Amino acid sequence: MTDPVLYVRNITKSFGALKASDDVSLDLRPGEIHALIGPNGAGKSTLIQQISGGLQPDSGTVHFLGQDVTALGTAQRARMGLGRTFQISALAMEDTVLQNAMLGALGASGRPFRFFRPVLQEKALRQVAETALDRVGLLDHAAIRTSDLSHGQRRQLEVAVALTLSPRAFIMDEPMAGLGASGSRRLTAFLDELRHEAPILLVEHDMDAVFALADRISVLVYGKVIATGSVDEIRNHAEVRRAYLGEDA
Amino acid sequence: MSLLLLIEQILNGLQFGVMLFLTAAGLTLVFGVMGLINLAHGSLFMIGAFAAAATAAATGSFLLALAASLAAAAAAGALVEVLVIRRLYSRDHLDQVLATFALILVFSEGTRWVFGSFPLYLNIPPALSGPVTLPGGIEYPVYRLTIIAVGLMIALGLFLLISRTRLGVQIRAGESDREMIAALGIDINRLYTVVFALGAALAGLAGALVGAIQSVQVGMGEPVLILAFVVIVIGGIGSIKGALIGSILVGLTDTLGGVLLPETFKLFMDPASATAVGSALASMLIYILMAVVLVVKPMGLYGARA
Amino acid sequence: MTRETILNAALGLGLLAFPLWAYFADEPFMITLATRVAILALAGVGLNIALGLGGLVSLGHAAFFGIGGYAMGILASHAQSYSPLMETPFLIEGTKSMPVIWLTAIVASGLAALVIGALSLRTSGVYFIMITLAFGQMLFYFAISWPAYGGEDGLSIYVRNSFPGLNTLDPIQFFLIAYVLLMAALRFSARLAGSPFGLALNAARQTAERVETVGIVPYRLRLTAFVLSGMITGLAGALFADLNRFVSPTMFSWQTSGEIMIFIILGGTARLFGPVAGAALFITLEHVLGGLSEFWHIYLGLLLLVVVLYARGGIIGTLAGQEVKHD
Repeated sequence: MTDPVLYVRNITKSFGALKASDDVSLDLRPGEIHALIGPNGAGKSTLIQQISGGLQPDSGTVHFLGQDVTALGTAQRARMGLGRTFQISALAMEDTVLQNAMLGALGASGRPFRFFRPVLQEKALRQVAETALDRVGLLDHAAIRTSDLSHGQRRQLEVAVALTLSPRAFIMDEPMAGLGASGSRRLTAFLDELRHEAPILLVEHDMDAVFALADRISVLVYGKVIATGSVDEIRNHAEVRRAYLGEDA
Repeated sequence: MSLLLLIEQILNGLQFGVMLFLTAAGLTLVFGVMGLINLAHGSLFMIGAFAAAATAAATGSFLLALAASLAAAAAAGALVEVLVIRRLYSRDHLDQVLATFALILVFSEGTRWVFGSFPLYLNIPPALSGPVTLPGGIEYPVYRLTIIAVGLMIALGLFLLISRTRLGVQIRAGESDREMIAALGIDINRLYTVVFALGAALAGLAGALVGAIQSVQVGMGEPVLILAFVVIVIGGIGSIKGALIGSILVGLTDTLGGVLLPETFKLFMDPASATAVGSALASMLIYILMAVVLVVKPMGLYGARA
Repeated sequence: MTRETILNAALGLGLLAFPLWAYFADEPFMITLATRVAILALAGVGLNIALGLGGLVSLGHAAFFGIGGYAMGILASHAQSYSPLMETPFLIEGTKSMPVIWLTAIVASGLAALVIGALSLRTSGVYFIMITLAFGQMLFYFAISWPAYGGEDGLSIYVRNSFPGLNTLDPIQFFLIAYVLLMAALRFSARLAGSPFGLALNAARQTAERVETVGIVPYRLRLTAFVLSGMITGLAGALFADLNRFVSPTMFSWQTSGEIMIFIILGGTARLFGPVAGAALFITLEHVLGGLSEFWHIYLGLLLLVVVLYARGGIIGTLAGQEVKHD
């Protein structure tokens, strides 16, 4: 078996009396989609933040590409190849779709401190951005102001910006949220392919998508991982059914 | 330097700090509850001072003058809250800065228009003038001692108001959760006006109390406002406790620095340049204090909010 | 051409045409007014890089304006008294040469912006506003209490500084110097907005979290913007001092910071030519209203209130409509 691309070991994070992450360990292996599910308030967002670098765990470590990245900030982890999408679109709304994608390409280039040459004339960056937009089907909308995009299109742009980084691993926070049935189907098909480029840690509420896509599922309840396993194992896991699926599925 | 002089300077620093607290408390409350940065808070300080000076000149009563400062500043505060400030709560900080800067221009020039450019004077009432001998033989002005006492009493009153009263509950609720306040059936517009007027009244009182030590003139509010900002940055936005501790720290640092630094430099410099260098550095001391706090605790000593 | 481009061209040409008219009509005072517009607009162009592009509401840009002013005052006062600034460890003489003064002003205000920015940018929002204001005030009090360069009274320079090949005492020639520098700063500012750096900075203003997740640290972008911004405002300060042949602590005052910000808002936040339109309107108001009433600041205050509450795009926003460059 190959080494995991990303793994966290025994992460604990408390906010006052609340244990948002309670001795969490999980890993992401090459080529897989690992879904992270759990009821609201289970601590998924807090965990994602600790993996991507926005929060420091109280104890435990985060490893990425064989390196301990626990002490590194978000930007450093991103430059190593950790691509992330947000649950609530974090896009420059006043800028065009192309500019948002260019921002990703610029970050990936590692050279944002250039002050004179118009960025839109940088062919290499532009090509990276346009390729990413093309892949999510937004190239036709490149010149549109992002605030004029539909909700679903913004979700696509989120993914496109992450793609410009050519990540070694993706962390996607509810990419299906608010998408209609056809949008979900398209994105499901897209992620199904994308896993071969880089594995995906997928936080998602849409159970159809999770069961269709996931190689493995981890269930987070009250900050604890109560089960990790294949789709079938999780479906039949008694504790999971009680704690989570019982209400939902 | 003698110990007596040092104690006197510490008292001066306390008095300055207490006065800063009265100004900073309103600012920090208004930010904590409404999320508003109000540059015109210094104008309310000035209005209090002018109201007091004018009333004292007309009636000869210092107590009436203080009452007038409270009333005038509270009324001016309530008025601008209803007319202008209310429209700014949902705006970004830039709009708040500009609109309240505009209010400063209107208030300052308006006051100049009414009272002219010459400073007014507010006399210390005879009962409080002259020095008192403290234990240890220190002679200290009664009036300044009174300011310290009044300020500390008001600080205590504010803590009680916020921890014990219905209004306090509403204020704390407003700081943590705006929606909850509406859900509790509290008239949020009225609450905001009341909090703003309360902050204004405190600033106005501070203006009146200080007005009897300095002269009362247009532009007297803004240096105090900026010091109150330093206080809030040090203490942490929204925290009354932080405002109190920050005020005392700033008051003591500024007063003692102004005396001690030139003295210290005299140890290894000729007196003239020691005074020059010392007082120039002393004028920067509280800002250096602020910078140090920023490096150690960017959200201030008691700040929780970004 | 968009309406904003046409408006910008009109503003640029108008600012040039007015003093040329005044020159031929022999109205030197009008030339001086236009020079003030150009210099104050330049200060605004500087602040606009931090404020408009970076979203950094600095209420302490008077610090850089004042440092630029004192760079001029200190260098020129030593030159006019033939006493060196310092002799040990090496000799530094004063100078009356504008290019040297400008360079000093830019470097000094850039260094100050680096220190103030590095501290202030550890925070954001209201804290940032209060802290920049406080640091501005710190320099104000320092200038007042430092007696070597005039203290509260400031410094007078008897003869305007020189520029190779020009007669700077001639109002129109001095105007042209200020105008050319303003245009250069505008050009720089426009290039900056379209550059890789500008893209990232502008995005950091809107969504700092996103910028971080593509591997760029917003703090560094903002600090760089703050330094560039301070440098340009510092240059404006040196010119302003040269225009008046006088520097005083007033240049450091919080009112100065507020006024520089007003130029931007009156003209239109984040608009390239916003500070030009705003400074022109400000000086016009000062001249016209100031002639009518001693208390013209009341009207300025009321106008500013109206603009903030009801006409947020400022002059350019009102005349040119929604921002077009992003559509």
